[in-house]
Amino acid sequence: MNIPDSALRREERAIFDLRALYEQYGYKKYNMSKFEEYDLYLENKSFLPSQQIITFTGLSGRLMALKPDVTLSIAKNVPTRPKEPVKVYYNENVYRTPRGSNEFREIVQVGLEYLGRLDLYGQSEVVLLAYRSLQRLSDNFAMVMSDMGFISGLFESCGLPRMLEEKILSCVGNKNEHEIRRLCDEAGVEDDRRDALAALTKLYGPFDETLSRAEKLVCNEKMQESLRQLRELNNVLAPETDEDCLRLDFSVINDLSYYNGLIFQGFIDGVPTAIVSGGRYDNLMEKLGKRADAMGFAVYIDQLRQGAEEEEHYDADVLLLYDEGADAAKLSETVNMLTSNGRSVRVQTVMPRRMRFRQLLKFGERGLETVETDD
Amino acid sequence: MKQMISVALPKGRLGESVYKLFEQIGYGCPEIMENSRKLIFENEENRVRYFWAKPSDVAVYVERGAADVGIAGLDIILEQEPDVYELLDLGFGRCCLAVAGKKGANINTGRTLRVATKFPNIAKKYYAEQSREIDIIKLNGSIELAPIVRMSDVIVDIVETGKTLKENDLEVLETICEVSARLIVNKASFRFKTSQIEEMCKRIRERVNR
Repeated sequence: MNIPDSALRREERAIFDLRALYEQYGYKKYNMSKFEEYDLYLENKSFLPSQQIITFTGLSGRLMALKPDVTLSIAKNVPTRPKEPVKVYYNENVYRTPRGSNEFREIVQVGLEYLGRLDLYGQSEVVLLAYRSLQRLSDNFAMVMSDMGFISGLFESCGLPRMLEEKILSCVGNKNEHEIRRLCDEAGVEDDRRDALAALTKLYGPFDETLSRAEKLVCNEKMQESLRQLRELNNVLAPETDEDCLRLDFSVINDLSYYNGLIFQGFIDGVPTAIVSGGRYDNLMEKLGKRADAMGFAVYIDQLRQGAEEEEHYDADVLLLYDEGADAAKLSETVNMLTSNGRSVRVQTVMPRRMRFRQLLKFGERGLETVETDD
Repeated sequence: MKQMISVALPKGRLGESVYKLFEQIGYGCPEIMENSRKLIFENEENRVRYFWAKPSDVAVYVERGAADVGIAGLDIILEQEPDVYELLDLGFGRCCLAVAGKKGANINTGRTLRVATKFPNIAKKYYAEQSREIDIIKLNGSIELAPIVRMSDVIVDIVETGKTLKENDLEVLETICEVSARLIVNKASFRFKTSQIEEMCKRIRERVNR
């Protein structure tokens, strides 16, 4: 199959690129049905990025849902104690209400999941695949990683009420240092705990340097262990990645009740929000009653449409205008001649408005004439 | 060559004083203060581009990445909860968000409280925390009018000096929170322009904390 670049939109090309990448590492495509029982989402509502779900009543009278998420379905369907890792990727439509929108949208999502025992290699493979996904989407990309273990370790050392913890966690996610300080002072949190929580907002940069700054905040086994794992991981990742493109940032957060270890986000230049998001979600597995580790990520393909359009864009190579009375057989022969040497041709009698062509040809009584060529 | 940083400023007094601060710390763009109909102002040399936006739209421009950086009041941030970094409290434009009503009004009646406001989300959240049932009346301006014409029991609004309230025989019943201008940054821009944004913050902090 030979598909010219012009026939594929950016997001369509990206989907094929990513699928090829995941196949290369032996991940298998996961096919799923369009809907699930609503219960699955109800029980794990806060795992979902948006709360609204399209529901309908199935023939058996059960409440069904058009899937707002793929990970939950994959996680639900792995064996309780998988003997070997489940390595899958998916390319599915999900139904959600994006931020700031008050209507459902069909969103194209590509993603990858690794469920089973996750050792150092397994984790680094998932991270590297996320990194390489970004690489395939854009030359100018940035990936940031954090570890929820470090943050939850720090929270444990503070012993805050749950409500306050949630508020502070969301401030960490927005690098809102002044609000963390205000909340802590209001609640009478000790000065050194307050300073440690506030420091999370500034804890970002290249791996080595950031890790040594993070070291100073360590106050329990959990935090120590998290940094040890990050260091180990970095030893594997460093030779494969560019230091400027893969960085640590402890303000990257996700829901503590689902995510427990490594988490990451990826950005590409020109798209205003994270296009890749993922991490380790053993806590979700436990909730679903599975004895397995799990890690994965999603690529929000539809975000690519927000990126800059290519400015030099032609609707077709050739516009061929013909007179009403032209000989259809001869015209068809001419069109086939043009397309057979690889050019795209749009044929009609009137000049289209608001379209661009490389070349304007006319087919009249005297045959084919070139009217205009755009260089 | 450093990349351009685009800044969304809120139209009005707050935006003008914030621009003056930016000018003092090396991000000047002289033509901006000339009265013209232009919307975008650029200074190649300082690598900065400004535009004026309606104050309640600043967070939208930043979240969508049309601006890398913006200045928005905490009231707007709390109302819209944009997914952006909030890097600094500029301490400018201090005022507070408050519940106000007719002098001496009894708002602890058994019935549903009617609340007129420009900030429906803030009001909803505030009363939800108190488990109080309310009826929100979303208005776009002259909120003070609502209790006077008995359309609402109270209002949730920004109070600066309290003068407007006083003149209309209203008073602050409860303070929700203090409000001031914040520097917000798009999360993707922060990744690609880290050092420039850090530099900008550093210079602002030096000024503001003096």
